Order: sequence, then structure tokens, then C-alpha cells
Amino acid sequence: MNIQTTLALIMTTTLGTAGLAVADKDSYALDQWKATPKTYLNKAEHEQYLKECGSCHFAYQPGLLPAASWERIMANLSDHFGDNAELPATETTDIRNYLLNNAAGRVNSSLPKKILRDSKAQQPVMRITETPYFIRKHDEIKPKMVKDNPEVRSFSRCDACHTRAADASYNEHEVKIPGYGRWED
Amino acid sequence: MKTKTVLLLLLTCSPLVSTAANVVEERLQTYKTAGAKNFSAAAGQSLWNRQFEQPDGSKARACSSCHTTDLRQAGKQINTGKLIEAMSPAINPQRLTDAEKIEKWFGRNCKWTMGRECTAQEKGDFLKFIQSQ
Repeated sequence: MNIQTTLALIMTTTLGTAGLAVADKDSYALDQWKATPKTYLNKAEHEQYLKECGSCHFAYQPGLLPAASWERIMANLSDHFGDNAELPATETTDIRNYLLNNAAGRVNSSLPKKILRDSKAQQPVMRITETPYFIRKHDEIKPKMVKDNPEVRSFSRCDACHTRAADASYNEHEVKIPGYGRWED
Repeated sequence: MKTKTVLLLLLTCSPLVSTAANVVEERLQTYKTAGAKNFSAAAGQSLWNRQFEQPDGSKARACSSCHTTDLRQAGKQINTGKLIEAMSPAINPQRLTDAEKIEKWFGRNCKWTMGRECTAQEKGDFLKFIQSQ
């Protein structure tokens, strides 16, 4: 077999496989990694991000939102969920780059992959709490435990109940709801 | 070590140490060149506690909504509940030691609370008030 024939064969096989994967409607060949996820979720480690964003709210791990969502958020910091969170241009760029490079779909971690897969059909959301994955995972939590709980008040405060949220760990066995104690599913 | 050498060392090192006192002094000078004068801690305190109506219908806000009226105490971001360390330099020596940080937070917080930038006079009054606590 000469080199040209070999190349042609390889190309046909590769294209054929991709074609099959696209044809299967339960499989998204383009954003499902073949490799086993390396981590569950990477910690937020960018110094500027932790300082600038983390001084007002929990420093959400970038993998919790798709890149398109981070892009929308970073484009409008003067009205950041009703608050002014403006930054000098260079810091905005640094933080935006960090968030985009580590967003769901751009890192090989299991939780971001699930969030992205479940978000496929819709416009990029502005809030982690609006992602279908988040909503499904929290559907058993009663209003009195979070929204009407004076010690929690909002689902946005990950670390109010997830005791290891800052370590990027959201295991349900680590959940402790203020006033209610451990969460037993 | 001779006295002269020690003095020389002190003089050489001093500009590197940003104390709250000299950072505030430098800021006040800048505000003066912008036309402000006679900075007053009392005026700063009064503005600190003044409630500003919000055009979007949300609850009126003041500096003290998040930072509380007692600068020696820690505060809480009213929307997120995140702890804000005490503003008083006597309690929290990090405060007022970084001019860029001061201006960044004036930018964000004046706009969010009052719906506009603070004037040079208001900033100077605020710094005097915070420094005095």
C-alpha cells in the first residue's frame, strides 16, 4: 500500500466515525471528551480573580459556567446583578481571560462537562443557579432552608451550605445547612 | 552603626513604606488640586450614614448599609452576605494604605450607593472620617 492510499483510508475511517457520532442524537461528538475527566472541578486560583471578585462574593470556580456566560458577565461589570463591580481595563482583561480559559467546556473536568451538556439547548445564562444542572441538583431543597433561611438567603452563597466549596468540592455528604444540619438525601 | 548611616537608611527606606497616614495625605493633596478644601471627618461621617434613594426602586442605600455605622466592626455585603473586614485603620492596618485600591472602591461604591462619582471634597471627607475611627 503506498502512502497516498493509507492516508485516504485513514481519512475515510476518521470521517466515517465522526459521521456516526453526529448521527447519534444522544451523543455530542464535538464536546464530549474521549478521555476520563482529570478532575471533578478545578479550584479558583487566579490571584486577581480571588481578590477582585472574591471580596464581594464567593469566588465561583470558572468551570461552573460556560464561556459565553462569563463573557456576558464580564462585558457589563458596571451593572453586575444590580451592583457596581467595575475594574480597571487591564484587570478586567486578565480576569476575563482566566474565566474564559477555564470555563465549562474548556477544561477536562467532570462537573463543568455536565453543566455544559445540560445547558446545550439554551442561551447562555448569567447565573450558575439558572443552569439546568444546578436546578436539577437543588430541586429538593425547600425555600425555608435557603431563600427564607436568614443564615443563607440565596443559592448564590455556595459556601453557606457546601462546607468545602472553596476547595471546589460540592459532594452532598459535605453539605451542612445552617439551622438544619447535615443534608441527608 | 553610626547615627548618620542609620538616618540615611531610614530616609532611603521610608518612601517604600505606605502607611495609612502618608497615603491619605497624598490623596488629600490630590483632591486639593481638584479644588477641594477643609476636609472634615464630621462631614464624612454624615455622608457615610446618609440614605440614598435608588432609582430602580430597590431599598435606599448608605455606606453604612454594608460597612455599618461603626467602622471598628466588620460589615457584610448586603446582597451576598460576604464579610467585609473593619474599615478602621486602627483595627485593620491594611486600610488606607493603597491609593489605587482607595480610588477603585470609591469608583464602585459611590456609583452604586449615590448613583454618581464622589466629588474630590466628599472623598477627602470620607478619608478623614475613616482615618479618625
